[in-house]
Amino acid sequence: MAAVTEIADATAVKPPRARRPLSARLRAGALPYLLLLPAVLFELLVHIVPMLVGIFISFKQLTEFFIRDWGAAPYAGLTNYRFALDFHSAVGQQLLSSFWVTCSFSVLTVAVSWLIGLAAALLTQERFRGRGVLRTYFLVPYALPAFAAAITWEFMFQRDTGLVNRLLVDDLHLYHSAPFWLIGHNSFIALVVTAVWRNWPFAFLVVTAGLQNIPGELYEAAAIDGAGEWRRIRSITMPALRPVNQVLLLVLFLWNFNDFNTPFVLFGDVPPPQANLLSLQIYDTSFQNWNFGSGSAMSVLLMLFLLVVTGGYLLLTDRRRKDLG
Amino acid sequence: MADTAAPEIPAGPRRRGSPMAPSRGFVWTRRVVLTLLTLFTSAPIYVMLSSSLKPLQEVQAAFTWIPAHLTARPYADMWTTVPLAHYFINSLIVSAASTALSVVIALLAAYAVSRYRFPGRQVFRITVLSTQMFPGILFLLPLFLIYVNIGTATGVQLSGSRLGLIITFLTFTLPFSIWMLVGYLDSIPRELDEAAKVDGNGPLGALIRVIIPVAVPGIITVAVYSFMTAWGEVLFASVMTSDATRTLAVGLRNYASENDVYWNQIMAASLVVSVPVVAAFLLLQRHLVAGLTAGSVK
Repeated sequence: MAAVTEIADATAVKPPRARRPLSARLRAGALPYLLLLPAVLFELLVHIVPMLVGIFISFKQLTEFFIRDWGAAPYAGLTNYRFALDFHSAVGQQLLSSFWVTCSFSVLTVAVSWLIGLAAALLTQERFRGRGVLRTYFLVPYALPAFAAAITWEFMFQRDTGLVNRLLVDDLHLYHSAPFWLIGHNSFIALVVTAVWRNWPFAFLVVTAGLQNIPGELYEAAAIDGAGEWRRIRSITMPALRPVNQVLLLVLFLWNFNDFNTPFVLFGDVPPPQANLLSLQIYDTSFQNWNFGSGSAMSVLLMLFLLVVTGGYLLLTDRRRKDLG
Repeated sequence: MADTAAPEIPAGPRRRGSPMAPSRGFVWTRRVVLTLLTLFTSAPIYVMLSSSLKPLQEVQAAFTWIPAHLTARPYADMWTTVPLAHYFINSLIVSAASTALSVVIALLAAYAVSRYRFPGRQVFRITVLSTQMFPGILFLLPLFLIYVNIGTATGVQLSGSRLGLIITFLTFTLPFSIWMLVGYLDSIPRELDEAAKVDGNGPLGALIRVIIPVAVPGIITVAVYSFMTAWGEVLFASVMTSDATRTLAVGLRNYASENDVYWNQIMAASLVVSVPVVAAFLLLQRHLVAGLTAGSVK
């Protein structure tokens, strides 16, 4: 808010450039708002108002009987929240377990994707034969539509006809009998592998773009001082990449935490509990069980959690950057 | 494929023994890691391609690395097993329309934010960016209800129609597009605007005649991103479409989760629907890297 008044003051202090008729000046003042108008209208319709309605619904007893006239649904107070957070009930327990699954899925997927993307970016930083082709090829998984990628992995993870069991059981003999990948404990691994496959090229792309802002003279100076590749990566590249990494890790985390497409395509309508992400759990509560009130309460809780995590993360990383700088 | 957008790091002549020459350990790490990554990247692509050329009996038995019999039948049959052409047209209309609208709207907003200082500017930027953080599932149901109610109140059918999906997708891509284009426009010198004004252009004339031609890489980046988002979205498309307006993403996903799946046809279909997007992305990725760099620098 302070920033806004500052800007407003700054424009107010500026002397009028030229004497123009009042209507012309008004029009010039209104122009930025006119340019913003379409964006604001669509944001209101699709993002802002639905979010407020969502919060409103979370306090209502909204079931399928009130879809056409949802204003008439009875007030529920905090019942929906109590229902979602009652960890002794089946619903609360499911939500809690789904929360832990989502946390471990996001952290694991982000960590692995980032490490792979970073390694690939660092290893392709210097010119070698075939680098251009490889850099382009690595982007294919990210360019592929998410559903096409997930459908293909679903086929690869099929127990009797998939590539994964062919490789692990028939070719490498790592298992005695073919395991199931899309149900049971293995489904979590299947989910992480599919998500990593799609995510790491994005990390690779962003880190590659970030590497281009590091001046080459730095490397030359370090090399002349006798620093090898690993030393140069540790002392020059990693510190210089810190701002890029800060945003990249956060974006990857939020994407994966809210991911719906990958598990929805991979497992169909009934995901195994070991791979039941929060988005799916909420979708299930809202659209399979027709309990929109508690579905909304769960969404609001999810949003609050992400707000806290994002705020905490930005505070923490900003402070660390200041301390180091 | 041509070399990527990366401006090469000026490293001087590479002679054996020069301080910048890579050590053997580094070269071997590079070979091993990049080979493994190439295999990982290739596995699904290879499965898609090879399975799409196998007859049905072969994909229903244990996986074969090399197809025993090659056939192009799946590519012919897939159009009749599911209404693929129908899905394709729906996806094309929805994605193209939402991309075009999103680019225009984002460009206007980004121009305002980049070139003017006005009260509310900062609030707008922060609000738009923070909508990126909210889970899609939170909007899904209220948006669905709002569309249903708009339909009953005004007769404009938004739920189940292509129009509703277009509006939804174009808004989804607005925050990233605006953020990206503001960064891009900020990097274009103001002198260009001034020059355009001297030539007698108004602010909109300056935007159209001078700024847009210079901002083409940024605009392309945003367009590719918008198209990809709309083309691949499953959650909203699965709730907000009817049989008549079903998109590829939902249609194929529903088919793949049935019990009796013709995997060879599904792989052929996945490949066909991916090729246009992947090709466009790879052709334009040079601009994408440039756009990303400009957007993240400022």
